[in-house]
Amino acid sequence: MAGSPVSRRDLLSAGVVIGSTVALGNQPAEARSYSGEIPWTPGEANAPTPIKPGPFQYLTQDEVAFLDAAVSRLIPADDLGPGAKEAGVTTFLDRQLGGAFGKGSSWYMQGPWKKGEVTQGYQSRMSPAELYRASIKAVDAYCGGKFGGKKFSQLSADQQDEILSGLEKGDVKLEGADAESFFTMFLQNTVEGFFSDPLYGGNRDMAGWKLIGFPGARYDYRPYVKKHGEKLNLPPVGITGRPGWNSNT
Amino acid sequence: MERKLPPVDVILVGFGWTAAILGQELTDAGLNVLALERGGWRDTSTDFAVTFAQDELRYMERKALFQEPARDTLTFRNSPSESALPMRHLGSFLPATGVGGAGIHWNGQTWRFLPSDFVAKSHNTQRYGALADGMTIQDWGVTYDELEPYYDKFEYLCGISGKAGNLNGKIQDGGNPFEGARKRDYPNPPLDMVYAPTLFEKAAAETGHKPFPCPAANMSRPYTNPLGVTLGPCTYCGFCEKFGCGNYSKSSPQTTILPVLMRKKNFELRTQCEVLRVNHDDVAKRATGVVYVDAQGEEWEQPAEIVVLCAFAQHNPWLMMLSDIGKRYDVQSGEGVVGKNYAYQIVSGVDVFFDDKIMNPFVGAGALGIGIDEYNGDNFDHGGLGFIGGGYLACWQTNGRPIEYHPTPKGTPKWGTKWKKAVAKNYLTSLSISTHGAVMSHRNNYLDLDPTYHDTHGRPLLRLTFDYTDNEHKMSDYLTDRAEEIAKAMNARDIYAKKRTGHYSIVPYQTTHNTGGAIMGTDPKSSVVNRYLQSWDLHNLFVMGACVFPQNPGYNPTGTVGALTYWAADAIKNQYLKKQGPLVQA
Repeated sequence: MAGSPVSRRDLLSAGVVIGSTVALGNQPAEARSYSGEIPWTPGEANAPTPIKPGPFQYLTQDEVAFLDAAVSRLIPADDLGPGAKEAGVTTFLDRQLGGAFGKGSSWYMQGPWKKGEVTQGYQSRMSPAELYRASIKAVDAYCGGKFGGKKFSQLSADQQDEILSGLEKGDVKLEGADAESFFTMFLQNTVEGFFSDPLYGGNRDMAGWKLIGFPGARYDYRPYVKKHGEKLNLPPVGITGRPGWNSNT
Repeated sequence: MERKLPPVDVILVGFGWTAAILGQELTDAGLNVLALERGGWRDTSTDFAVTFAQDELRYMERKALFQEPARDTLTFRNSPSESALPMRHLGSFLPATGVGGAGIHWNGQTWRFLPSDFVAKSHNTQRYGALADGMTIQDWGVTYDELEPYYDKFEYLCGISGKAGNLNGKIQDGGNPFEGARKRDYPNPPLDMVYAPTLFEKAAAETGHKPFPCPAANMSRPYTNPLGVTLGPCTYCGFCEKFGCGNYSKSSPQTTILPVLMRKKNFELRTQCEVLRVNHDDVAKRATGVVYVDAQGEEWEQPAEIVVLCAFAQHNPWLMMLSDIGKRYDVQSGEGVVGKNYAYQIVSGVDVFFDDKIMNPFVGAGALGIGIDEYNGDNFDHGGLGFIGGGYLACWQTNGRPIEYHPTPKGTPKWGTKWKKAVAKNYLTSLSISTHGAVMSHRNNYLDLDPTYHDTHGRPLLRLTFDYTDNEHKMSDYLTDRAEEIAKAMNARDIYAKKRTGHYSIVPYQTTHNTGGAIMGTDPKSSVVNRYLQSWDLHNLFVMGACVFPQNPGYNPTGTVGALTYWAADAIKNQYLKKQGPLVQA
């Protein structure tokens, strides 16, 4: 570092530019020093990575069966269009739970652990992936006890709704997992899978966006600001394009 | 063991809005300025490109631009009698990490506080008598008139789009008639308005209010600021707040200051460098520098002549506590100041559902909206109401991002066929009126150090103790009732007024308007910094940001944070450099 030490007297008479500071010679790679320049490298854009299609990466066969059945009740296929299952939400959940979200890698996961008040939020020592694993197992066990050995996925739609409502309201208690925490997270993640960009595996064919009329990852609506009350009917586009268009054709 | 580096003139701790402003101002004054930022470098073309910036999952739900609780969080409880527990993931508020700080992902709602807000205690006690039991509001020690030129400076730096309501004391049609007098109009005209806010505008006017376009840091046209940095026109993409702007059309440190500041030879930025503590010499009453840790875990001692805390609101008082600067607030005795008077915001909404009016909610911008100010601050007579303070009402159209935005009428289930039908039916044809209310400080709402939980560096976490009091609930109910009256004038199919009930919760997102903990004032017994944001204890330590607000008025904080930063920069340049020492005698 070449910058000359500045005494208090220098500071008092400051008014001229004092010699520049330069990067530390022995500074570690991750920490950086910038001076006299704007750091910018062409082509260094921090774009997202689309999920790789293919087999499930985190979920077991039993978990897939549960999630396929459960997301079909949370967002069912009906006369309005595909539901969460058809939109690929189970695949979305698989990739999310197998990745940074599932590990809770950005969460504060140090003990001690206490239940806490509702206003204090999530206090389980389980990561999201662990919570799903424990909860699905426990829901299937609960269903088995109540419905003669059947798993959740083998129940009728009405029975499934009854179980999901019980989880939501806290009426169903699970062995080894907090039912309400699980349901809250599961419903939120299902909505995420239905409405997020298709590059994450859900919202297949932009079914969620088409349902409501959201045009997706556009970035310039200036021509439409003053079209008050007009339905725009803009076809949705995702970050990686839309069906019928890609950069290679 | 830390190694000692050669000294610099000024250290800026953190590199968001306040540090960027100070970096620019103090390098102009000839000082050698070093900014230490715990996160990485970020810029528009590399990090917020329009080819991928519109990703709701990544940025909002997975919080790519925000502070990671794994690295830094706080503990929370509603009252001093409870055990605080860690905020394990973000929710209620979204502090940032990285260059630009929360100035990247803010909405851009850029207000001035009311003249009476700066003298809240004296004004309210004079008009309404004694304060409610436990309320600890104070006057700021600076007036609106003193800050006016600095508000102006921040608005012209940012290129705020808006319409003046009070030019030199003369009320202007179409602007906010309640605002303090301004010397000149906003640098840019209001944004073009989408449909929903115009419906609110009509209903508000019909019910006797004076609606106006809200001041926005989204550009209504191309704009070149006084530093020569050009911003582009807003494209109303609807990925604004909680996102970085890919179009250079939302004011941020990156779009207004950094292209100039980063090129200066007497400025240095070190990224991935987290300040652990401020060193100080209590005999000389001076900060001597900071100790920071870099990404590889190496600790460095960095001496400096001036240290400025520019981290996010609650981080500054936390750093003061960790550095043993000033007397910490003690809730039992009410004595001490560091951590005192934490405040927040209380918000509510009234959803309005139509059958036939298409709003196209996805056409939006972070500060695109029409507001009214009749119920803010002391713009109305509070006699007999049982509360002081207020807030604005506004119809914003910020976004139609569907994970976050899929309004349904009251009584709709949260899942299943009925939910799906309700979401499909109402997505395009709804609007919402927001209320944005003040939080008065209270003796039981404060920050201190947690006795149990630690961060990755082994430091005690900050502990937040906070709940809404009767004053906030009554005030918010009053605002929500007024919003509902306006909603009723819209002849809608259905209205869903969501009043605030119960305790404050750290779970659902509300606002990132955390204030207090290092409050400014006129007396070292009741404040941490003086009117120039200078520490009463260490005269070469200055503290920026909303942590200096003695209580939180009914507006978004950034306009005032910017104005106070320019005000403090002026005091450092024109007073402190000439004569180092306390700028106000205790």
